[in-house]
Order: sequence, then C-alpha cells, then structure tokens
Amino acid sequence: MYPEYMAESLRKVTQTRPRRLELGKKSDPVFPLMTAAERNTVLNGFHPDFLADARRSVRIGPNRGEILTTEVADLLESHSWLKKRNIDLSRPHIETDLLIIGGGGAGCSAALVAMREQGMRSVIATKLRLGDANSMMSEGGMQAAVSRTDSPPRHYLDAIGGGHFANKPELVKALTEDAPKVVKWLEELGVVWDKEKDGTLQVLHGGGTSRKRMLSCRDHIGAMIMRTLMDEVRNHPEMITVKEFMPAVELLLDDAGRCAGAILYNMDSEEFFIVKAKATIIATGGFGRLHIRGFDTTNHYGATGDGLVMAYRAGAKLLYMDSVQYHPTGAVFPEQIAGFLITEKVRGAGGQPVNKDGELFVFPREPRDVEASAIIRECQQNAGGIKTPSGRTGIWLDIPIIDQLNGAGYIKHHFAAHHHQFMRYKIDITQEPILIYPSLHYQNGGVEINARCETNLPGLYVAGEASGGVHGKNRLMGNSVLDYNVFGQRAGRYAGEYARQTQIGQLSLRHLDAYEQELMDAAIQTELVTPIVLPSYAPADVKQRQWLKNSSQLPGASVLHNRLHAEAHFAESL
Amino acid sequence: MGKTTGAINPSASNTKDTSDGKVTVYIMGKACEVPATATIMGAIEYAGHQIIRGAGCREGYCGACATIYRVGNDYKIRTGLACTTLVEEGMTLTQIPSVPAEKALYNIEKLQPNVSAIQQTYPVVFRCVACNTCTRSCPEDIRVMDYVQAAKRGDITEIMNLSYYCVACGLCMLRCPAEITQPLVSILAKRLYGRYLSKNSPELHDRVTEIVSGRYEMEYAELMALTSDSLSQRYYARDSE
Repeated sequence: MYPEYMAESLRKVTQTRPRRLELGKKSDPVFPLMTAAERNTVLNGFHPDFLADARRSVRIGPNRGEILTTEVADLLESHSWLKKRNIDLSRPHIETDLLIIGGGGAGCSAALVAMREQGMRSVIATKLRLGDANSMMSEGGMQAAVSRTDSPPRHYLDAIGGGHFANKPELVKALTEDAPKVVKWLEELGVVWDKEKDGTLQVLHGGGTSRKRMLSCRDHIGAMIMRTLMDEVRNHPEMITVKEFMPAVELLLDDAGRCAGAILYNMDSEEFFIVKAKATIIATGGFGRLHIRGFDTTNHYGATGDGLVMAYRAGAKLLYMDSVQYHPTGAVFPEQIAGFLITEKVRGAGGQPVNKDGELFVFPREPRDVEASAIIRECQQNAGGIKTPSGRTGIWLDIPIIDQLNGAGYIKHHFAAHHHQFMRYKIDITQEPILIYPSLHYQNGGVEINARCETNLPGLYVAGEASGGVHGKNRLMGNSVLDYNVFGQRAGRYAGEYARQTQIGQLSLRHLDAYEQELMDAAIQTELVTPIVLPSYAPADVKQRQWLKNSSQLPGASVLHNRLHAEAHFAESL
Repeated sequence: MGKTTGAINPSASNTKDTSDGKVTVYIMGKACEVPATATIMGAIEYAGHQIIRGAGCREGYCGACATIYRVGNDYKIRTGLACTTLVEEGMTLTQIPSVPAEKALYNIEKLQPNVSAIQQTYPVVFRCVACNTCTRSCPEDIRVMDYVQAAKRGDITEIMNLSYYCVACGLCMLRCPAEITQPLVSILAKRLYGRYLSKNSPELHDRVTEIVSGRYEMEYAELMALTSDSLSQRYYARDSE
C-alpha cells in the first residue's frame, strides 16, 4: 500500500495512461530514441561509472596502471587467505579432470558438456548450494535469433552496438551463432519455453533489440533453466561430484606455470582441501555484493567477485573491469524489497517508465546503461522522482498499461512472480504502478577469454559473468542467460579437450609470494583479505564487537576469512 | 562510499536502522529486538548472525531460506521464506535450510511423459492421503496437493502448470505425513513436459539447420571486418521491428 502523500502522483499516472496507451498501440516508438550523441551525454552526466571516485588506477598485477572500478581495484589490492606458505602440496586431497569453481548455470553446463562430449569427470565446487547463483534469478528472458524475420548476424549487430562497439567480435559471433542451438539443447533437457499455440517460440523485445528475439519462461527463466541443469547434473554422480559450501580461495599452478586446480575451503569444518585438476574453469559469476558506489543489488548472496581476484593473483588478465551494469528497474518501495530486480520483460511487454507527473521521459527500451542513466537524470536533474518514506527516490513503472495493451490477465500470467511479490505489501500491479530506480546488476567485464573460453593462463578457462569481452561495456537484456549457456558449454568442451592431453607437474602457490611482494613494492597498506566469499550485513555496532572478524575495508566484506589472521586482529581490538 | 541519490542500502552502508519501531522476535528461542519493518532474514542478520546455510538469492527464487514460525499464543505453525516474510511481534522462528530427500536418478530419454515416469521415479506419490497439509504449508501459495493428485493420474501438463513457481524450499515435504518429496516430482514433470509435450518449433529447427550449414558465415565475416565507425553507422541505421 502506498503512503497517502503519493496519491496525487498516482492519480496523474492514471490520468496520462489513456494518452500513453494510444502511443503504445502504434508501431512507432512511444518516445524518441536517443541518437549516439544523446546517449553519450546522458551516460557521461549520470551513469554511476562516471561519478567522481568511481574509478581509479590499479597498482599491481597483470592490469597494473589500468583504470578500474574503485571497488574492484580495492578487491585486487588485497592479501591472500593463505598467508602461511609452508603448505604441503605434494599430496592433493582430491584429483580430477576438471575443477569447476562455481555451481551456477555456466558451471553446470560445463560439467555436462565435458562429460557428454569428452568423457571427462568434474568436481563442481561452490560456496553455497548448487544453483545458488545469479543464474537462478533471471526473470525476463534469453535472446536467440530464431524468428523468421531475425538472423544471428542481426543479433550480433544489436549486441555489439549495445556494448558500445567494445565487445570482442569472436565472442559475439560465438554468442549469437550458438544461441539457437542452445535453445534446442535446453529444450531437449526439458526446459519449458513459452510458445504460441502452433509451437512457435514466443518472442518479445528487450532493451536494444531491433527484432523480437527474447525467449521466455514466464517471468522465471532463471529458475526454469537452472533447476533443469542442476537436476541433470545430479543425475550423474559417477561423473560429476558436487562440493557445496566449499568455495575456492586460491588457484594452484604447476611448475610449468599452468593452472592446476585450487585450494578449497570447507565452510563447516574450516578445513582446506588441495584439488589437483588437469584443467580449471572459473564460473564464479559477478560482484553485486560488493555494493559498488553504495548501490543495492539484484545479485545473490555469494556474488562477491571471488573468481576475479583468484585469477588475477595467478596472472590472468582482466578486461573492461571499469564498467558496471545498473539494471534500470530495481524496486525501491517497499523498503523490504529495495534493490530487487523488476524484469525488463515488463517494458518488453509494453510497460512504461514515467515521472511523478505521469509523463514519459525516455524510450522504455534503450540499452540498459542508457535507460538507467536517463532514470537517474530524471530524478537528479529534472526533479521528476518520488521520494519514499525511507528517503529513496524512484520513478513509476506503469505496469497496469500492459493489460490494456495485451488483454486482461496478461500481467497475472506473465508476471505472476512479481504480482505475488507485491501483493504481499498490498500493491496490486494489475491496478497500480510500482516505484523503481537503477540497481547494481551485472559485471560487464571480467577475466579476458577467447571463443574457446581460454585465458592467457594455460589450463584456466572462464565462462559466464566472471568472463570479460562478450558484452563490451554494456550487456543487453537476455544476453547473460545466453552467455552462461554458450560459454559454459564451450568451456566444458575445450577445457575437456585440453584435459584429455595434459599431465600436471608439481603443484605450486609461489604466485602468491610474488603477489605479496608486488603489494609491498607498491607500498600498498591494506587489511583486506580476499576472496570475500560472503558479505556481512550485521549492523555497524555489532560488527565492532565482532572482534575476531572486523578488519575489512570493503562494505560487507566477509567475516569468515579473517579467522585466518584472528590473533592479530584480536590483539588490535583489545 | 560514493553518494548516490536514493540508492544506498542501509545494511550495506553499515548504518543502523533509525526508525523507532522495534519488535521482539525469538530466533531459535533467543529473544532479539529487531526493526519492525525487517524481513526474517534481515532480522537474523540484524541480530549479528552470519548466515551460511539459509540464504541464497535473497529475492524469493532459490528456496534456501525456508523458515517455520509461530506468533504469540497462536497454536498454528506457519511457514515462510525468510527473505520475503516480514517479522511480527512475538514471532518465534527457526530456519530449515535443508530437507532430506532422495532425488531419483534417471535418463530423461528413457522416460515417458505419463504415469509410468512417476511410478519409476517417485512411487511414494501414491501414498498421498489428500490431507492438504502440503498446500497449507507452501509459502508460495502453490496448490501442492492438487499437483500431487495430478501426478497420481500421470497428468504431466497439470503438474507443470500447478507447480511452475515452486522454489523447492522443501517445507511441503517436511510436513507431509506420507513423506512425499513434492518438489522433486515438480522438476521431473517440468522436464518431461519440456522434452516431450511442448510442441516443436519449426522455425527453430530451420534456423539451427541454417547455422550448421554455414548460411551466415559470409554475413558475419563482413560485419567482423567493418571498422568501428562503419559498424556504428550500420548499427544506428538499422531498422526495427
């Protein structure tokens, strides 16, 4: 239920709706599309990446001297969990063909393909449960150029334009060319795609698409695909071993400098395990839980960028880690769901963002960075936002107009999850708009890969959100679900192929010494220990009394890892 | 942290809730004062716990945070997802992060989309006594018993539709007196539906054939050879559907 003071603004949204509905029924855009110059203006003026202090130069590692997102640079300029170097690596606790770090969509796809095509065994190590990943949470859809009016090269052009032409062409080709095959493979595994009565796949627009190519599973595509992949992974315990609550904390190299596995940490028993693997795949997802620029996030609990820092310490190069995606429509009211994702499919189906006066101020489906920046501009520069009781600002997302465009019942069927979610707070989205504001959503960059998911470090493969280059500097809606499928499968295929012809030498953690030396040489003073693994949301006063745990400089950094250096901090606290 | 209008997460920026309203909840029996507007998950974290099991997506999709609770003197046991259920004064709660259940191992290619698949994988379904406890314990308002009945009939489409939004939190199977593992039946049925009962898409089949035959290679090669400027021109000049 909305507070009384919002009634006037809500009335205006209702008042302008018939006029906006007429616009929505026409085939022309409901609001003029931005030119290249207008896009640049709004991005430079209002995108959070362009705020003062949002980026800085990283002082160590393979990307030394490059400008990165500040929180990412902080994350990289940190100490390893494994301070003591006298670890005996000669007797690994686990040996496997592939070690897959991360149990989301990319990791599961990789394990299945490595098994089916290469006959390779995998260990999937994940910090929470299998499937506790951003993959589980996607709502709106997956892009694939399947319809007769569309083509994979057109998908290529849309994706590369959306990414500001920074995308690596070979990756975009792989992404768009594999897409229809992914649709078929998922259907054969049992994914229930939305279809027309005759079996044609339903397609909608997403931000930045020039053809309707957004496939969907109502508003639950993530759960649908993720649960299918998990179920299939669980069908093959003889080939795929799943280690839950066992995050990796460092990669292992061998004496030839190849990636050769990782050290895992058992969160229950606080044991460490040495895993020797012929090839290693990082599929650890993104970094939303670093709360970059203080933003709320749509991301799952474990999205702390662990793969980035482990790969970086081992010598892998990162790409476009200066670019962060803010989803245009995160919820801002009620407070309990602040930051939660409101699917872009709402705008794909005709939903409109409007200001406090009920007026359109941007085309509803600009690429995400442009759309998000336009919303921030409307609030900050044009005073078009509505304040919530807790002090947030948002604009309206007119959802009821969707039923008027598509027929009664459309919202309840296609956005059942959102309907249910808001009814809990006595807001009926078939009748009332909702308040939204951009929310930290996606890591555009990551570890640089080629179309075989190889990195500059032999034996290390990366797939999904942890990788960089596919989306350039801005990802379009529906290309991340596609990404983790396409590149998860490719990682399984090519890492499997590599593993079949590789013999690992002696294991080593010497890269950690070199990294620590770099920190010292650069005179970097930090108490931060990474990977972060889990954020902490304890209140500040509680954290202060958590003497064993409180040393981190990043907001919400893990309380767990600091146990390794407990004595020192305990002494300091006293 | 940087200043960004209206986007600061209070918990992430380490500021304590300043609203006056507090309620007392009992987390596994221990009294804690928490903000009245908190979700159960927010309350547990406000009390200083680091959740390891019992939190996943935090938005109601993954089912990691199943919780049972009672309020005040009410005899009823209630259920909810900790991430989306609000606290109430006098709530006494515990999380149930995992419910034991044996997933059947199967080859989807060897099953048929009818009652035989249920018989082979989860015959326990036939023990259902139609007591409706599962439906009453579902935090997502899914008609669980109705889809269990559909499973007994082998109506795969009906199971898929009724259980579409199941988050597999496991609360139904925890409370089921017949010890049925409902969420596992749900995922099996969805897979059977997608694999066998969903109508084929002719345009998908044709597109895959085109790609495999190399139909788009020339067009890709041309696009990939363009300079950034001409690619940009091509992009902004493209028509839209």
